Amino acid sequence: MKRAFPVLAIVTAVLLSWGLYQALVVAPTEQTMGDVQRIFYYHVPSAWTAFVLFFVNLIASIIYLASRNAKADALAVAAAEVGVVFCTVVLVTGPIWARPVWGIWWTWDLRLTLTLVLWLIYVSYLMLRRFSTSGQTPLIAAVLAVFGALDVPLVYFSIWFFRTQHPQPVIGGGGSIDPRMLHALLINWLAFSCFATLVCWSRYRLEILRREIDETQALEALLEGGVSGGRR
Amino acid sequence: MNAYLYSAYAATWIIHIFYLGVLARRYARLRKEIEELKRK
Repeated sequence: MKRAFPVLAIVTAVLLSWGLYQALVVAPTEQTMGDVQRIFYYHVPSAWTAFVLFFVNLIASIIYLASRNAKADALAVAAAEVGVVFCTVVLVTGPIWARPVWGIWWTWDLRLTLTLVLWLIYVSYLMLRRFSTSGQTPLIAAVLAVFGALDVPLVYFSIWFFRTQHPQPVIGGGGSIDPRMLHALLINWLAFSCFATLVCWSRYRLEILRREIDETQALEALLEGGVSGGRR
Repeated sequence: MNAYLYSAYAATWIIHIFYLGVLARRYARLRKEIEELKRK
């Protein structure tokens, strides 16, 4: 595992550089929007990566609910936190793209509103994990994660079933895309997926270490209490 | 190239680098706690 990390880091750096080159140089300029359309190569892969991370959070939460596996709980926290980072990228790059194309930064369109709700759900999940002192926190968080994940398909399919300001899907939605654009999109998604795996891995290790230290400190405090209690 | 395009790409990396900084700070704090535990 330790050896795989630097290898994946190098692969990720190469893919991110290649993805940037594909997005800015190789992919053709879109006729209507011009160069600003190239935001697509960061906006869409970030959204897909966030969805995958929230899915990982869902699966880890279900495993925790079924088996009370502490490692699954740690993975759920890691995936949710990194997912929120990617979802933040989506919510920031979206309005920067919308301003020159729609003439507005934001509109309360179904896709946009549901994405904001998704971000708020996972931010509240992280707040719960951070500030709750109850021993039931992992359990409550896992239940929240299961219900929160229901918003992911709503966000994804909102542009399929409703007429929204947001463009229709270019893949699988009947639209067509230049093969060079599709190539740049998929390379960037692969690059962001590798990057997310690296960051999630680091966050997971951090969570495991944090718990081990907390347990050691609690045990130490208990032993110190026992010793001073015995002396009395 | 477009200013909006550069802003979006820059914002993406600022967000990611900020989060990596947060993770690095947490790791440093944890390492300090481990050292303190070893000293006891």
